[in-house]
Amino acid sequence: MTDVSLGMPQLPAPDYPADVRARLEADAKEVIARYPGSRSALLPLLHLVQSEEGHVTRTGIRFCAEMLDLTTAEVTAVSTFYTMYRRKPSGDYQVGVCTNTLCAVMGGDAIFDELKEHLGVGNNETTADGKVTLEHIECNAACDYAPVVMVNWEFFDNQTPDSAKQLVDDLRAGRPVAPTRGAPLCTYKDTARILAGFPDQREGAVEATGGAGHASLVGLRLARGEELPGGTDHVVAPRDGDRRTDEAAPAGAPVAPAGAPGEAPPTHPSSHDAPRDTSASDPHHPSGPAAEEGE
Amino acid sequence: MTVSTEYEGASRPEAGGETSPEKLLAPVLSAFWDQPESWTLETYRRHEGYEGARKALAMAPDDVIAYVKDAGLRGRGGAGFPTGMKWQFIPQGDGKPHYLVVNADESEPGTCKDIPLLFANPHSLIEGIVIACHAIRSSHAFIYLRGETVPVLRRLHEAVREAYAAGYLGKDALGPGLDLELTVHAGAGAYICGEETALLDSLEGRRGQPRLRPPFPAVAGLYACPTVVNNVESIASVPAIMNRGKEWFRSMGSEKSPGFTLYSLSGHVANPGQYEAPLGITLRQLLDMSGGMRPGHRLKFWTPGGSSTPMFTDEHLDVALDYEGVGAAGSMLGTKALQCFDETTCVVRAVTRWTEFYAHESCGKCTPCREGTYWLVQLLRDIEAGKGRMTDLDKLNDIADNINGKSFCALGDGAASPIFSSLKYFRAEYEQHITGKGCPFDPAKSTAWADKHLEVNA
Repeated sequence: MTDVSLGMPQLPAPDYPADVRARLEADAKEVIARYPGSRSALLPLLHLVQSEEGHVTRTGIRFCAEMLDLTTAEVTAVSTFYTMYRRKPSGDYQVGVCTNTLCAVMGGDAIFDELKEHLGVGNNETTADGKVTLEHIECNAACDYAPVVMVNWEFFDNQTPDSAKQLVDDLRAGRPVAPTRGAPLCTYKDTARILAGFPDQREGAVEATGGAGHASLVGLRLARGEELPGGTDHVVAPRDGDRRTDEAAPAGAPVAPAGAPGEAPPTHPSSHDAPRDTSASDPHHPSGPAAEEGE
Repeated sequence: MTVSTEYEGASRPEAGGETSPEKLLAPVLSAFWDQPESWTLETYRRHEGYEGARKALAMAPDDVIAYVKDAGLRGRGGAGFPTGMKWQFIPQGDGKPHYLVVNADESEPGTCKDIPLLFANPHSLIEGIVIACHAIRSSHAFIYLRGETVPVLRRLHEAVREAYAAGYLGKDALGPGLDLELTVHAGAGAYICGEETALLDSLEGRRGQPRLRPPFPAVAGLYACPTVVNNVESIASVPAIMNRGKEWFRSMGSEKSPGFTLYSLSGHVANPGQYEAPLGITLRQLLDMSGGMRPGHRLKFWTPGGSSTPMFTDEHLDVALDYEGVGAAGSMLGTKALQCFDETTCVVRAVTRWTEFYAHESCGKCTPCREGTYWLVQLLRDIEAGKGRMTDLDKLNDIADNINGKSFCALGDGAASPIFSSLKYFRAEYEQHITGKGCPFDPAKSTAWADKHLEVNA
């Protein structure tokens, strides 16, 4: 390792233009005032700078540091810990496909694969028109609506590959798109402003899509004596007492596999989940060029 | 074997004592989710909203704590710690500010109760916060909501605005000279922040990494001040207890696990969704009343409370879903996230994906979890792809054993649970992947649309 450059360290990030800075400062002071300790405002402020530029830039990190009397290193350490802070310019619409176990099994893996092919992008990549950033996400607390797709963190429940492809086509064509639970879509920047703690001011945004979704209401409907769809030909295993007379495989043994043994899937089933770049390995990271790892 | 269940009339007890859904379910928090604009203050008031707070504010704070303790309410976020006891641990007269922090960072795989609750009925949480802050003598509460659920954030913002305007929050909210501030704080995507001390670090503007205990949050929590951290559902259950009485609450569930709770049914079931019932209902009862598994399929494995609770099989359909019942059967009630998978699902694939999640979400603070989850993923990916060896199975068990109980926080224990339990019940299926050089399952058959496709082609 002899060819390490020992030149000038990168200069501090440029500041925002004066008018932008003044506007953001007013917002930041409002956020900071909500907390007994100013540093608590850091997560909201990172959402705030993301609402300005669409991702967390070196300028945004500098702004947060100055508002909270922290170093840029301290702010960078926090911003890289959380997955919602984007590290590079991304699309107006962040399309996240849940590929945690339950959604993946119910079809999330198929949806994610088809969207990658349909859009011609990989995980955490943006279409050339700058409209859609595709990523796989973790469980989003909507398992009773699986498989789930989130666009700018609004719920698109019970998706299929076809409905998801239609969804991204509509987003790219600028056609209006409505979530199953949530408000009419705004851009990712507008969403980030809500996350920073500034309520959505759009008329009807809070009311949009009404009350609880259909799955949230099934228990209540049953308790009121209503019938659920699905009929009565369901299969539930026998009680323990009946088990001896049951012909089923003994407990613990796997059930008969659905496919032929020995047929390995064509691609590695979980290879889409590569670790994200660390700041040391990512030369474009807002923390600037860093020493090689291990030095 | 097929169990067909038809409900005629109110009650038709069968061999195991099943009765009608009207008798088995107990909607309290979800009782008016189907009403127009269920999330508004007006609708909430129409359903006895803020009556519990009115009664609680007329009581001495210590009496409220004793009342909640007597009711026997236990934490609904997973651990099941008695809520009233948590409040009692707050030192009084210490001259420091006290804080209430509501953990709304619902991210445990499979868990989907707090998000629908807050979407449909956010005021039940705010009323619970008013009561809890009165009890622990706090003048500032926080709701730490996971950031990835903007529709819920919108309704929380609106509900808090309404509550301030109505005087339930703000100046003199808890009585003359006793103000109450409530701050809604959106997280930024980190499962670990559901761990209460990591949540506190995150709320202080740091990386969300768990803290060493002691000191416990009740002594040194947010800003090193006495802090109660409670789950959304725990706090939201308090108003009904205050309003309808501890005897009413104790009339549901069991002696040690009293009350009602939200069970979230998901996966290969005919009717996934929220089922609010007294603690102690069984999965069989829930499946029987709700249409069972999807037609033509049978239950293979399920989690009683999210992916961090050891999985069950169809042997466990009659386990009482309360803290003691699930514990005695070798798992944990957790968040009551009943993820049900049928026979088309590859258990190795399921466990691999969960383990990838734990590896991704491991905060990196402690070595057993950071390194252990990484190596579990490497082994599992190999096994799933048909490149594993038989000795890998013991190695999996060994690594999981080196994480379980030896990591800094419960994330590591959670990562070990699916490994241990799947090897216990489905070791033969792992072996099949190794001897057969690959996965014997067709993932297309597990999808939500798999059988619809068959019907079209039939």
